[in-house]
Amino acid sequence: MKKVFHLEHLDCANCAAKMETAIRKIPGVISANVSFMTQRLSLETPDDIFEQVLEQAVAVCRKVEPDCMIRR
Amino acid sequence: MEPMSSSQKKMLVRLGIGVFLFGVCLFLPLESWHSVLAFAVPYLVCGWDILWRAIRNILRGQIFDENFLMALATVGAFAIGEAMEGVVVMLFYQIGEWFQGYAVGKSRRSISDLMEIRPDAASVERNGQILTVAPEEVQVGECIVILPGEKIPLDGVILEGTSSLNTTALTGESLPRDVKAGDDVIGGCVNLNGVLRVRVSREYGESTVAKILELVENSSENKAVTENFITRFARWYTPIVVIFAALLAIVPPLLLQGNWFDWVHRALTFLVISCPCALVISVPLSFFGGIGRASRAGILVKGSNYLETLAKSEIVIFDKTGTLTKGNFVVTAVHPQFVSEQELLFLAASVEYYSTHPLSEALRQAVQKPLDPGHISDFQQISGQGVCAIVDGKRVYAGNEQLMQSVGIVWKTCQSIGTIVHMALDGKYLGHIVISDEIKPGAKEAIGHLRALGVRKTVMLTGDNRNVAENVAEFLGIDEVRAELLPAEKVSAAAEYLADTSARGKVVFVGDGINDAPVLAGCDVGVAMGGLGADAAIEASDVVLMDDNPAKLPLAVKIARKTVGIVWQNIIFALAVKGIVLVLGACGFASMWAAVFADVGVSVLAILNAMRTLIEKKQS
Repeated sequence: MKKVFHLEHLDCANCAAKMETAIRKIPGVISANVSFMTQRLSLETPDDIFEQVLEQAVAVCRKVEPDCMIRR
Repeated sequence: MEPMSSSQKKMLVRLGIGVFLFGVCLFLPLESWHSVLAFAVPYLVCGWDILWRAIRNILRGQIFDENFLMALATVGAFAIGEAMEGVVVMLFYQIGEWFQGYAVGKSRRSISDLMEIRPDAASVERNGQILTVAPEEVQVGECIVILPGEKIPLDGVILEGTSSLNTTALTGESLPRDVKAGDDVIGGCVNLNGVLRVRVSREYGESTVAKILELVENSSENKAVTENFITRFARWYTPIVVIFAALLAIVPPLLLQGNWFDWVHRALTFLVISCPCALVISVPLSFFGGIGRASRAGILVKGSNYLETLAKSEIVIFDKTGTLTKGNFVVTAVHPQFVSEQELLFLAASVEYYSTHPLSEALRQAVQKPLDPGHISDFQQISGQGVCAIVDGKRVYAGNEQLMQSVGIVWKTCQSIGTIVHMALDGKYLGHIVISDEIKPGAKEAIGHLRALGVRKTVMLTGDNRNVAENVAEFLGIDEVRAELLPAEKVSAAAEYLADTSARGKVVFVGDGINDAPVLAGCDVGVAMGGLGADAAIEASDVVLMDDNPAKLPLAVKIARKTVGIVWQNIIFALAVKGIVLVLGACGFASMWAAVFADVGVSVLAILNAMRTLIEKKQS
């Protein structure tokens, strides 16, 4: 399953890159892409664990860049 | 989105106050720690949020965080008594950040202007009333009404009305397109003058507009090699510079018994340069700008990786029908004997009256008078040769040379290019008609421009007969032709060219996406003729030329090259400046002023340079 989320307050390009790296390290992630230009996160995981992975992605995002929110 | 967000305005005011207070401090006759305290005021006004984030992030374990490094560098400057430098660094850093946000917002907006094709509402006819609903709610088969000045919300067929449509947002074409009842229309075009009633043929999710929007929005996911390289580089750059800074602050003073203040100062200079921002932001920004610039010209690029590949085009392969030629057959010459041109055409159209062959359609269109099927009888189709029928009581043959030979008629050969239809009436040769596929207006120019851009070889692949293919190729100036190919042979031919390129050169395939999807997918970049509404092509390819004009291909290559050029300019410029300042800083020749230039100044210059991708060069 692949979904696209809008990122709010993603203000720095390097943070976007860091978030992308961190999210890709979450177990179960098939692909993850953070675009600073379009302020979007696209996340692909197996269907059954999508919500779990998303939870972790939100946590990772909060750690890397507390101002940035994943809008669900 | 407004031109400047409210937080940007607030920040600007804050920076203004900071600069003012800093100016005041410069003129205050204060000594030692008084002056440090005084400079702390503008410092906090400009940079309190950086300090706050630095503390917050370090508590979360983010060591190499820009905020933290910047805070450390500036607080360090205060600690060693260089308060003024601390303020300047913070001030410039914040100005740089502000500018960065503004520039990115601006280029983002210029891309979203493209998104103006997104329709907001549809006026649909239900139970005799016209209701305004969201385009997503309209069902296939319903009728929608579009008033002049409105955007067409959905794809459909015109039931009533004539008008001109502005397709600029979709194709980059500035000439309006005239439409009438029976024509297909595409959502996203603007209805200029007449009222149109349209029967919806696709729901919103399936419509061309929705597909294009999705494509453009997803394009930033396909990152270019350079983009990934820079991200990886950035991951290593910061830690390495910081480690060097730490070593610089500790080792030399211990070993050389040097001045601690001096070496710490040099280390702080390092910290200021440790952010890879200039690179990390300018590379995606350049690609984003390049993609945006291309889409404004009606060229949709599905990702920066394709833009990068396109810049390295070495061999360009074209499909013939539908790409270089229009794919519609028209009568291009009539060479009659004993009768007039119109008479010969009329006779040909009559004998072909019941035929379903595409050539017969061209004949029927060439005849201005209406045909009377009552005069035509005994129609026969002779497979692979032509047709015959009784027209006005006389036996008429129309077909190729084989047909003439088999019915014992002496024909004249013809030098014209295209399919030749020979005509015979009651055993007498009446001449022939030449039917050919029209070459697209931009095709010749496209080949010429590609060559001027340094493309090594242009190739045409076609299923058509050799004679026609070679003539088209010669007219257009194409280097190599492969004719009479079956679809599978096109794939293997393309594979040969893939093997033929130099190490860095790429193969581009341009097709109409209808039966060449495997080739489109197999080459380095597949370019499809979008043909408004041909969503199959949009899906199968990497780059879509929305207005079907092959002349857009050299433009796409040009934009790609310019973009990649700007990306490399930025990378080299940023690395060179940072490298030089790092070396100078380590030797004690670069102040923190130089460092802040290497960081923020370079970012700003790189961003300005990146925004050049959006600039359109006026073509003469």
